[in-house]
Amino acid sequence: MTAPAKEQTTTTTWTGQSLPRKEDERLLKAQGSFVDDEGMYRQGYAQFVRSPYAHAKILSVDVSKAEALPGVIATLTGDEVKAMTEPLFQFAPKEDGSQMSEYLLGVDIVRYQGEGVALVLAETREIAADAADLVEVEYEPLPVVTDGVAAAEPDAYVLHDSLGDNVAWKGLFDWGDIDWALENADHILKIDKLHFHRYSSTPIECNAVIVNWDPGTDMIRVVSNNQFPMFGALVIGPSMGVGTDQFDFVSQDIGGGFGIKINSYTSIGVLALLSRKAGRPVKWIETRTEHHQSGGHGNERTFLDIEVPVMADGTMLGFKMRAFDDAGAYLHYEPLGAVIWSQVVPGPYKFKHVQVDYTETLTNKCPAVPNRGYSRMQHLWFVERVIDLVAQELELDPVEVRKLNYVQPEDYPYTTPNGCVYDSGDLPQALDMVLEMIDYEGAKKLKADREGSGKRIGIGIGTTLDSGTNNFGQSRILNPELPFSGNGEACTALLDLYGEVMLKLGTNPQGQGHETTASQVAADILGMSPETIRVWTGFDKSHSTYIGFSGTYASQFAVTGINAVIGAVEKLKAEIIEVAAYAFEVEQDQVELVNGDARIIGNPEAAIPFIGIANMVFANNATLPHEMAERVSLTCRHVYVPPFELPDVEKKYGNLALTYSTQTHAAVVEVDEETGKVEILDYAVVDDCGKRINPMVVEGQVHGATGLGIGAALKETFEYDEDGQLLNSNFLFYHAATAMDVPNIKTSHIESPSPFTGTGAKGMGEGGGAPLHTISAAIQDAIGPGKAIVSDSHNPPERVWRMLNWDGPADERGVTVVSNGDGA
Amino acid sequence: MASRPGPTQDIEFTLNSKPVSRTASSRMLLIHFLRDELGLRGPKIGCDTGHCGACTVSYNGKTIKSCMALAVQADGAEIDTVESLAGESGDLDELQESFRENHGLQCGYCTSGVLMSAKFLLERNEKPTAEEIREAIHGNLCRCTGYVNIVKAISGAAHGDEGLALVERLNREHAKEVSA
Repeated sequence: MTAPAKEQTTTTTWTGQSLPRKEDERLLKAQGSFVDDEGMYRQGYAQFVRSPYAHAKILSVDVSKAEALPGVIATLTGDEVKAMTEPLFQFAPKEDGSQMSEYLLGVDIVRYQGEGVALVLAETREIAADAADLVEVEYEPLPVVTDGVAAAEPDAYVLHDSLGDNVAWKGLFDWGDIDWALENADHILKIDKLHFHRYSSTPIECNAVIVNWDPGTDMIRVVSNNQFPMFGALVIGPSMGVGTDQFDFVSQDIGGGFGIKINSYTSIGVLALLSRKAGRPVKWIETRTEHHQSGGHGNERTFLDIEVPVMADGTMLGFKMRAFDDAGAYLHYEPLGAVIWSQVVPGPYKFKHVQVDYTETLTNKCPAVPNRGYSRMQHLWFVERVIDLVAQELELDPVEVRKLNYVQPEDYPYTTPNGCVYDSGDLPQALDMVLEMIDYEGAKKLKADREGSGKRIGIGIGTTLDSGTNNFGQSRILNPELPFSGNGEACTALLDLYGEVMLKLGTNPQGQGHETTASQVAADILGMSPETIRVWTGFDKSHSTYIGFSGTYASQFAVTGINAVIGAVEKLKAEIIEVAAYAFEVEQDQVELVNGDARIIGNPEAAIPFIGIANMVFANNATLPHEMAERVSLTCRHVYVPPFELPDVEKKYGNLALTYSTQTHAAVVEVDEETGKVEILDYAVVDDCGKRINPMVVEGQVHGATGLGIGAALKETFEYDEDGQLLNSNFLFYHAATAMDVPNIKTSHIESPSPFTGTGAKGMGEGGGAPLHTISAAIQDAIGPGKAIVSDSHNPPERVWRMLNWDGPADERGVTVVSNGDGA
Repeated sequence: MASRPGPTQDIEFTLNSKPVSRTASSRMLLIHFLRDELGLRGPKIGCDTGHCGACTVSYNGKTIKSCMALAVQADGAEIDTVESLAGESGDLDELQESFRENHGLQCGYCTSGVLMSAKFLLERNEKPTAEEIREAIHGNLCRCTGYVNIVKAISGAAHGDEGLALVERLNREHAKEVSA
């Protein structure tokens, strides 16, 4: 018997295939388990009492009438919460040590419409709703701050007295030499203001929690759809005075997350307190209106005083600007957004000189939380607006300007001015492909043909980056004392008693297909079909494996999750082979795994099925050497840790993300001159996320991110009136994109493997907000040069109509070019 | 369940081809009745205002949003939910199978409602165009798929491979696969 090469057991049969998902059968048959499908014995139903005011003193909260209603079990007020808890941990106190004080319910002052002030628990949801109406709260309204820029003014009314002003975090980001660039550029493009609007991906399933604080064990069982429960535990545990060991977080199926569902940790905390007080499990299902008013919004960002040094040939040297993020009333996950954009400082371009004077402010609005494309898409939209305005104002071709300034294929790995390393890509090719997909020449001809018809054609391009696997060390730029850095994920691979292969993940996906893709890579390592591998569904802290970063957020499963799976399954494989080799009395390199058998290479007759291996380890261990029986567990945990270092917090310099997927979008739109309505005639995407584990799942993510971005560009916005009242508190007034609003999306791809991830895969779930960039550009193209500029990321018909009909003087367009020799 | 104040009404109706006879609180919504009293998981709640469509069910052969009806309005009606699609064997029906094959769902929360709207369409229009499919599901919000693979899945169920080829061609007509 000869021994062929060992490598033959590792095939790539399953990885890379568009396998239908393991998850689908249960979901299609309504056999999934979402929070509202579950319950606990003796549970009561909770209802929040929420502030109708955006800013007010709480003079009194009287729950007596509510408590007198038959069927009411308990109530909880902010004062009670204050007495039994500490304020929530803040990431980045100011330099003088000052920080805001936020409790799990509103205390003394409410700072946004929808902030919780009390809770009611009742036997039915209807009684709970009635009882909440009986809670009498006396308010004294306070001045309202709704403008994220004006909030920073010295005379602005201060939301949090302990901070002294409304600035949550402020920092100067300065790389290269912007002054030199501005002095030496041929032209300087100046833009007064750009504004990225506030919206949310609004998952169809709202936040939901069932929690039981068991009085006997002091364990807190939380069934929820929170997508990053470890983060929640780290924040609310100290506030509640409980250990993280007391929390058992459980989730199975989650009805969309998009980052927004990171935010429910405060609700989980206060509902747990209610459960402890009542001695009963508590069920809470957020209403749509609650979700819109208080569930969390994406970041709104304003860019001011933009200066862009450009050479005569269109080479751009960088930019300078002031940025204001509007964090809303409290910092939930923020101010992480104040640095996360710096993963993509130059966008996909080779800008060397960048200065950003960044301020995050507090206003009387719903807290801003991560929303698909978190913090980077705002910045990338800005970069793409700058590119297209440079092209328009200097009469350059937007395609050529991009190609000239792109990081080129031969530049990778490319280090950005702030030390981030772009791993791989081919942007010029992606752009050529996407332009062919929309028939660029044909579209330009159509544009010329339609001139004067009342319908204008606009063509837009959006190049974007989807940075994945972020380095939490970037949080030290906010606060050098923060004990956070790196990233990672865990997996446990095991055989069960009869030799069944199981995987336990640390993630809690919301439709990303982790059960399927994890089984694909495991199948290749173990030489068996994915169908025969059980990936434990959902997350349960009591039996799942996890680290502090575990969860499903920030485009990282394809790297952190999959590498954890690979590491754990490789360990399991080694143990199976060791036991089999002992039984066969051969060397380990003589054993291979095929279809659930361990066998001697080249001798299919000599096979031990996994049930035999499991039997020896779990129930027949006197047959093994004692040392092996104690050491081999067939329960193999692996934690994947990406290779990160701490950033230089002084220079704000370091590698802040491991992978950079690229997406290149192009659209042809038709703009109705009479109404300002924008219709998308053609839309195409070229995605490059390196090695694709399941191309069908990847395409689904591309479609989804594109659909949300198109909705945000044209239909979806959260707007507040001057009293801080949200004008879009349900799906009537918040027009989530329907099937009639999203066109057919053509997709194609390039695979530029990442050199940093082992598998070549990259994170890609967020999509970088590319449709916002693309549609802004297309509308700008339709309006044409010398007219109004598209300065907002959200463009409903009225705004487009106003731009089409703007007839002001040239110096009020909000954009100017100063050329060297013009006295710049 | 403990105290449930207010008037009640006895109702009888047919749910997924089986008779149901119950007492319903007059203020209770049909969606809550189906989920909480009858234990169905198919119809979902996403908005409370009739816009998201996750609660879509068939009511006397027409789709309705069950958050917009009271339980007592079920009296005498024939109601079908997504639970009626898979047969007695539990096998996915053609429409469900097409959703699985075409990745027509991600988180799965809107899926029950989308399937009911699609079924309603296909009962009346065996060979719908992509535009007709979009029109038919425009009352069902999906935040995961951008609707692309939902349209493809419904088209696949209606037209078989021919329909898929049609949608594929639309998707790909200018596309060129390139491996770098």
